[in-house]
Amino acid sequence: MSESTKPHHPNPQGKGEKTHGSDFSYVGIDAILEQMRRKAMKQGFELNIMVVGQSGLGKSTLMNTLFKSKVSRKSVQPNPEERIPKTIEIKSISHDIEEKGVRMKLTVIDTPGFGDQINNENCWQPIMKFINDQYEAYLQEEININRKKRIPDSRVHCCIYFIPPTGHCLRPLDVEFMRRLSKVVNIVPVIAKADTLTLEERDYFKQTIREELRANGIDVYPQKEFDEDADDRMINDKIREMIPFAVVGSDQEYQVNGKKILGRKTKWGTIEVENIAHCEFAYLRDLLIRTHMQNIKDITGSIHYETYRVRRLNESNGSWGDRRFRHAGLPRLGEMANSNSK
Amino acid sequence: KVECREVQTGEGARAVPLAGHVGFDSMPDQLVNKSVNHGFCFNILCVGETGLGKSTLMDTLFNTKFEGEPTQHNQPGVTLKSNTYELQESNVRLKLTVVNTVGFGDQINKEDSYKSIVEFIDAQFEAYLQEELKIKRTLHSYHDTRIHACLYFIAPTGHSLKSLDLVTMKKLDSKVNIIPIVAKSDAISKSELAKFKIKITSELVSNGVQIYQFPTDDESVAEINSTMNSHLPFAVVGSTEEVKIGNKMVKARQYPWGTVQVENENHCDFVKLREMLIRVNMEDLREQTHTRHYELYRRCKLEEMGFKDTDPDSKPFSLQETYEAKRNEFMGELQKKEEEMRQMFVQRVKEKEAELKEAEKELHEKFDRLKKLHQDEKKKLEDKKKSLDDELNMFKQKKTAAELLQNQAQQAGGSTTLKRDKERKK
Repeated sequence: MSESTKPHHPNPQGKGEKTHGSDFSYVGIDAILEQMRRKAMKQGFELNIMVVGQSGLGKSTLMNTLFKSKVSRKSVQPNPEERIPKTIEIKSISHDIEEKGVRMKLTVIDTPGFGDQINNENCWQPIMKFINDQYEAYLQEEININRKKRIPDSRVHCCIYFIPPTGHCLRPLDVEFMRRLSKVVNIVPVIAKADTLTLEERDYFKQTIREELRANGIDVYPQKEFDEDADDRMINDKIREMIPFAVVGSDQEYQVNGKKILGRKTKWGTIEVENIAHCEFAYLRDLLIRTHMQNIKDITGSIHYETYRVRRLNESNGSWGDRRFRHAGLPRLGEMANSNSK
Repeated sequence: KVECREVQTGEGARAVPLAGHVGFDSMPDQLVNKSVNHGFCFNILCVGETGLGKSTLMDTLFNTKFEGEPTQHNQPGVTLKSNTYELQESNVRLKLTVVNTVGFGDQINKEDSYKSIVEFIDAQFEAYLQEELKIKRTLHSYHDTRIHACLYFIAPTGHSLKSLDLVTMKKLDSKVNIIPIVAKSDAISKSELAKFKIKITSELVSNGVQIYQFPTDDESVAEINSTMNSHLPFAVVGSTEEVKIGNKMVKARQYPWGTVQVENENHCDFVKLREMLIRVNMEDLREQTHTRHYELYRRCKLEEMGFKDTDPDSKPFSLQETYEAKRNEFMGELQKKEEEMRQMFVQRVKEKEAELKEAEKELHEKFDRLKKLHQDEKKKLEDKKKSLDDELNMFKQKKTAAELLQNQAQQAGGSTTLKRDKERKK
């Protein structure tokens, strides 16, 4: 019944005046961009970032640096005795931030205790479970009959994995974790506390890491298979040549050359966090926030979530009646959940 | 097994000030860029009697000549004809679908006229719902055919709405965004038009017809939208012909008594319609279709199919269980059907085989028969030949014997003949 045809009239060039059509060949279709922008500004955005890594790698500081405010768990829940938890905890904190009229609900999900035990077997399980639980919650709302206008999105859009700056290669824990989690979430690996590596050491380390990732079949963000077109691929190839980003975080400001900048002051000099000659923090920030944020959310929504959904809907009736499974579904405050692996 | 404790810090998010420029103010741009790459789609349904200028208005609105000839008036029922076009303006690609009601209002009995329209709209919702419920789905690249705006063309009688109009609009108002317009409004004078609009609006209100209201919750467009809301229904004139007015070519309709300029706001509301439909509220029309009309359809459909959101305890799974059960049922049916078809196929093959065997047998028999016939004939002929040969031989023998006899008789008979002759001569 329908056919696609190109209209006979030549396509209108450029924009005419917006109000009354003095240039009558202007229809005004491109006004939809402005309408979309307006709607987006009104609705605001959501972003959920998870940080994973051993204690002391500067995760909280990096979050604060990225968002230029006290968004990390440590800032919100100051712990007088900084203890390493006996078990892995998953703590998520939400913030409302606003910039130039654009409102965003940022949720930082911290994982204290990861990799800190003597026996770290299966330490990725609680994290995988958390991620899958968010998918589950979204799915449940989506299949409701009476569902909300905007389904609250608590899915983890991006997981920043902190690699300790050993300078050699990835540890088995890193490989295991990234191998499993790259299948369910976008992983952005970073070399933490990179100010302990010289530039040569850094390059060597990065190269080794890239090779190991390749050898183990670990697809980190941006994944090659999700490049949309040639332009995309070109941009993303450049990024893929640079990951993992070697970052330094700081929320202290110092005066350098008359300017106030974020940095770390040492006896041998001041490391400027946002100076790309010193570290790659700026690249990370640009990737995560300024250029690829929408793309990260899209891949989470249309690929990772859909994969989870397909798997879930295909599951046989075996697990349906399992009450324990049901109750272990959604996280509750203070509840001890026996986690089964996914 | 690793034990895990989960801690959430309260439900609400806290507002945090930023100490510098982070950069997420680029998010609207990122979102818009993604949409531009993807393209947009917009679907308009034009409902109205034949000859009210629906196609011309579409041509005028989008400044192109869409294909199609005017429809005849002798359609037996109302059919919906949809055409999709790809338009582009600067960097925005739009997939525009225009659906026309063919034959609306032409029948003698118009009781069922609205039904095909409602069915069509529901069919688009259904298609989307099916896609959404699929296990492996591609919502991202799905071509959305749901109707975003319904332009209802009211005939310019100047009096009031026809009952067909009221009935149809009432049936459609919960399924689609209705924007009523007075078609061919150059047939009414300005004062009559004002009265007509008031009459129409009051009739719509008293019959509880919910037409689309341009949204007034966003300050940047609240003012213009609420002004426009008071101008509904828009009185439009469409034309693709250009007339020279002053030193410009404008779209207009030329009469001996004057020229009606389409884009002159004193002459008609075309500019208002274009402004509202395309330049200001296209996105809102799409959103309302998805979040209100489609959700309503989905809810009703799912409830009809027997799904329920039950209490919080077993809430997550009731839909899934029923879904699973339905799916199994469906698969079972499919298998059964497949089995049936296979059986039928096998049966048919057997039958055909038997038929062919029969035919073969017949042919063999026929062949045998013919062969036998041939042989019989042959034998008969041979027999005949033989008997003829025998006769011939006998004849030859007789002939030789006769000749011999004749010769002898001649020698002896020659004298006899002479004797007789002599006797006669005496």
